Amino acid sequence: MRFSLGKLALPIYSVIAFIYLLIPIVYTFAFSFNDSLKTNLIWRGFTFDKWLNVCQREGVCEAFGNSILIGVVSTLVATALGTAIAIALVRYRFKFRSSINLLLFLPMATPEVVLGAGLASQFFNLGVQKGIGTIILAHIMFCLSFVVVTVKARVASLDPALEEAGRDLYANPRQVFWKITFPLLLPGISAAALLSFALSFDDFIITNFNAGSDMTFPRYVYTAAARGVPAEANVIGSAVFALAILIVLATQINGEIKRRRLAKRS
Amino acid sequence: MAFAAFGSSVKVEAKPTKSGKVVIALLAPGLAYLGAFFLTPLIALIMVSLEVPDPAGGYAEYVPGFEIANYGYVISEYFPHIMRSFSYALMATVLALVISYPLAYFIGVKARPWPLLQKLMLTLVIAPFFISFLLRTLAWKQIFSNESWIVTTLQQWGVLGETQYVVGSSFMVVFGLTYNFIPFMTLPLYTSLERLDLRYLEAGADLYASPAKVFRKVTLPLSMPGVISGTLLTFIPIAGDYINASGDFLGSPETAMMGNAIEANYLNINDYPSASALSVLLMGVILLLVTWYVKKSGTEDLL
Repeated sequence: MRFSLGKLALPIYSVIAFIYLLIPIVYTFAFSFNDSLKTNLIWRGFTFDKWLNVCQREGVCEAFGNSILIGVVSTLVATALGTAIAIALVRYRFKFRSSINLLLFLPMATPEVVLGAGLASQFFNLGVQKGIGTIILAHIMFCLSFVVVTVKARVASLDPALEEAGRDLYANPRQVFWKITFPLLLPGISAAALLSFALSFDDFIITNFNAGSDMTFPRYVYTAAARGVPAEANVIGSAVFALAILIVLATQINGEIKRRRLAKRS
Repeated sequence: MAFAAFGSSVKVEAKPTKSGKVVIALLAPGLAYLGAFFLTPLIALIMVSLEVPDPAGGYAEYVPGFEIANYGYVISEYFPHIMRSFSYALMATVLALVISYPLAYFIGVKARPWPLLQKLMLTLVIAPFFISFLLRTLAWKQIFSNESWIVTTLQQWGVLGETQYVVGSSFMVVFGLTYNFIPFMTLPLYTSLERLDLRYLEAGADLYASPAKVFRKVTLPLSMPGVISGTLLTFIPIAGDYINASGDFLGSPETAMMGNAIEANYLNINDYPSASALSVLLMGVILLLVTWYVKKSGTEDLL
């Protein structure tokens, strides 16, 4: 075979692109092991210290805990509301469908800073005290549309004959939903929930406008950035990264195993 | 009819049922939520943008009004910010497209014989999403910091002047914006390239088109849906971003974008009408641009 540079150009380019994508991740991970003092700018030596005593740095774990709480609550609500809308949009015929689609599309097409300032103005007008509660209300709002989009794709690929078979076998609507529809939609719903949690956990801009004095992990990093972010923040960021990658890889490997098993059977 | 369940080879089109009480029960809670926490805040924003200072009140107190001049004020006061927002967004979007296209082509077309490798590479593409947005931006700041190896080398080579630095420059901000939003570009590009029927490319080559011509006349037009959704998904958040351009991150006061001005007015100096007017302006311009772009590219069904 003739050696050709043209054939290698694309793979080489892709490797360089992946290195570029991964540099900040590797950097953040490496500096979570830095034996740093208050700030984490210069490499001072390797230590596991920051991983073992993350919570000793004031405020880090509290902010992290708030972020988890906000992420879980807003994901639960947004996933429930969004799944219901997705089922209605695919399965039922009704007027105003296009205006509803527009209403769902708009929050995704609006810059976060506009969503944040708008909500803050509303809370201000109503005299609502800003804090974790208002952050959760804001997060449900911007996660909702993403849930609808994700679950909708799954509902559309669901064979309605399966539900019909259930009805023909005298299952009542509730049984049809919980025994047939819901289990079949579950992969889509869990994907939507994961996406929603990731969006909520990493959101800074909308949160910053509606947080009052309550901290979240991104807000902690933003506030600390002026003085220098401590290595403990890198620990949290790296741990969350590792967990997320594990979940994604596990889902992929699981899907691949299922696919191979199915291929073997047929 | 239940037999249809067993004849799985016959694909049954999902037939939407007529609406009833069920559909209202399904739609009402979510739509009411969006009404309360998305639509009314936008109206609140427009109203605040027209407010006037309270004649009897003190600092940062405003009363409802109809002061359209607020818009004139923010346009003249923040004109450089407005220009920077849209020019940075344009540059970063084009850069992200140029960087992403070959990568998405490699994953979606060249790597087709190896589905596991494809999945692994897609995971790598979205990997930056899993590390905090702020931490990955700060990582670039440290890598290009004034004392860093890269900057001192560039200074030795004379690429940078002795007192010239990278952090704080427009280049750095556009670099950071490009990096942070690249996955939003690569994923839709991948989705449309992955479905590309390679026989069309062969047909083009059989008809004596050069590889460049096949790309221009066949590959690119067929991947247009990906290009359009990718550019929209990157341009919109970039235009409103204020992390990258912030002085504590990759920027300086000279790189401040509309988002920075909105944040400063809203959260620091409590000039709510100006912040709101800028927000309404930002959203209005984006909506106009998106409508124009989608009309021009003729893919209205994409939304």
